[in-house]
Amino acid sequence: MYYVVSIAVIVTMGLALVRALLGPTLYDRVLAVNMFGTKTVLLTAVIAFLYDRPDFLDLALAYALINFTGVLAVLEFFRNRASRQPAGGEG
Amino acid sequence: MFMTEIFSAFLLTLLVVTALAAVKTRNLFVSVMLTGIYSLLIAINFFLLDAADVALTEAAVGAGVATVFFLGALALTAEKERTPSAYRPVAIGIFIAVTLVLGYATLGMPSYGDPDAPVHVHVAPFYLEKTPEFIDIPNIVTAVLGSYRGYDTLGEVFVVFTAGIGVMFILGVRPSRKPGGTAMIASGENGLRHYLIPRVVGRLFIPFILLFGLYVQFHGEYSPGGGFQAGAIIASSIILYALLEGEERALRLIPRRVLNGLTAGGALLYGAVGVAGMLAGGNFLDYSVLASDPVKGQQMGLLIIEAGVGITVTGVLLTIFHAFAARERFG
Amino acid sequence: MELALDIASWILMSAGGAFVFIGGLGVLRMPDLFTRMHAASVTDSMGPPLILAGIMLQSGLSLATFKLVAILVFLMLTSPTASNALASAALLAGTKTLDEAGDDAEAEDAS
Repeated sequence: MYYVVSIAVIVTMGLALVRALLGPTLYDRVLAVNMFGTKTVLLTAVIAFLYDRPDFLDLALAYALINFTGVLAVLEFFRNRASRQPAGGEG
Repeated sequence: MFMTEIFSAFLLTLLVVTALAAVKTRNLFVSVMLTGIYSLLIAINFFLLDAADVALTEAAVGAGVATVFFLGALALTAEKERTPSAYRPVAIGIFIAVTLVLGYATLGMPSYGDPDAPVHVHVAPFYLEKTPEFIDIPNIVTAVLGSYRGYDTLGEVFVVFTAGIGVMFILGVRPSRKPGGTAMIASGENGLRHYLIPRVVGRLFIPFILLFGLYVQFHGEYSPGGGFQAGAIIASSIILYALLEGEERALRLIPRRVLNGLTAGGALLYGAVGVAGMLAGGNFLDYSVLASDPVKGQQMGLLIIEAGVGITVTGVLLTIFHAFAARERFG
Repeated sequence: MELALDIASWILMSAGGAFVFIGGLGVLRMPDLFTRMHAASVTDSMGPPLILAGIMLQSGLSLATFKLVAILVFLMLTSPTASNALASAALLAGTKTLDEAGDDAEAEDAS
């Protein structure tokens, strides 16, 4: 029963990776990485129950908290980058 | 189960694609983002192989803290890689030769899950049978890490400590501060009204992340966890505070003297437990003699050394973060 | 009773998986950054509650359910915040929405 969900989440992770590789602007890639992170949390929660080891949920909880820090760091970087380069920028 | 092997194969293919893209791209920021995805893919693969402790460490350090460090370094340097020099046939030749030799070497290893492999015949049954008798904790990985291979972990803690000192030497401990603010982290007054929502939600989260870090630290004997993971989680909560409130306030919260004390104190604590074992009559890092009941002594020793590991890892990660974030951009 | 719980959680998890996949497809196919953010938010705000509710029905009343509730609360709080911060940063850096990019192209064609 958990297999269907795992397949859906893993395929979505592949799609997010394609967006991270393609995305013309930098913000597309940040969006893709954030999405990849939350899908990782979902996948680890599902697989913890697939393996019938509920004590593996700590991994999902830890990454749900740390993902937020990573995204905010990226945005802080952009905010100061925009003030350093007056031309702004895409990439 | 066959399905999880298909999952692993698919995720490993994505891993190869990500690694190739991260190397090929000229834009270093894209490279950093792809490295974050790479760490997550590896963490999931570890998880599919039932190695939860390693997966937790990889996710916490590789995808969380390392991304912040890379961005801090990028803020100080350029964002585009220089175009490479000419085609290098010698390097490519060496690379192909080493790959072929390593591939040939893996043919001699026992196949995955082989019950006759030496590690499954000699070492693993010893740990599985003797841990309830000597140490009596449910998480055998922590028992192996802290007690059976305690010397290796002592070396690891000192390696982390040396990394912290190395960064402090190279990037300087007290750089000169210009009034315009630092390269990566602004002082928090600019444009804050656009960023009210992340600030409120982020500040709401910091106590929970700290609490979860403490849970992972002390629950490492019963579920996946331990000192390294807890250190990374606690460090990331302070980094979150520094990102939201500005680096000066984070330095006022945990001053540099305290950071130096944490960095050195954890490693010292670990060594002190070893010496205490010697003073009590046993060998170095023998925990059985620390209490009247050998099993209780082992558990107490494990608790204290894991605390030492967590303290050092927190101190070192925060030191490296402040070393990058406090530095003014050159020119 | 067991069978009813199993069927309910199968339905919830499949629905959650379907939403996650639809959102992922949207991120790939949508034309512009801001529309892609809408698609990505479907995977973060519709998928996890359904999937985690399905798992919670399986694990009954235990510590695992408490951890799942915690994961759900954290995901629900952080995903919209991250989307807000990202959209704000993109707008401040000058990313154009699809309408504005279309207007720019027409202005260039006209002049």
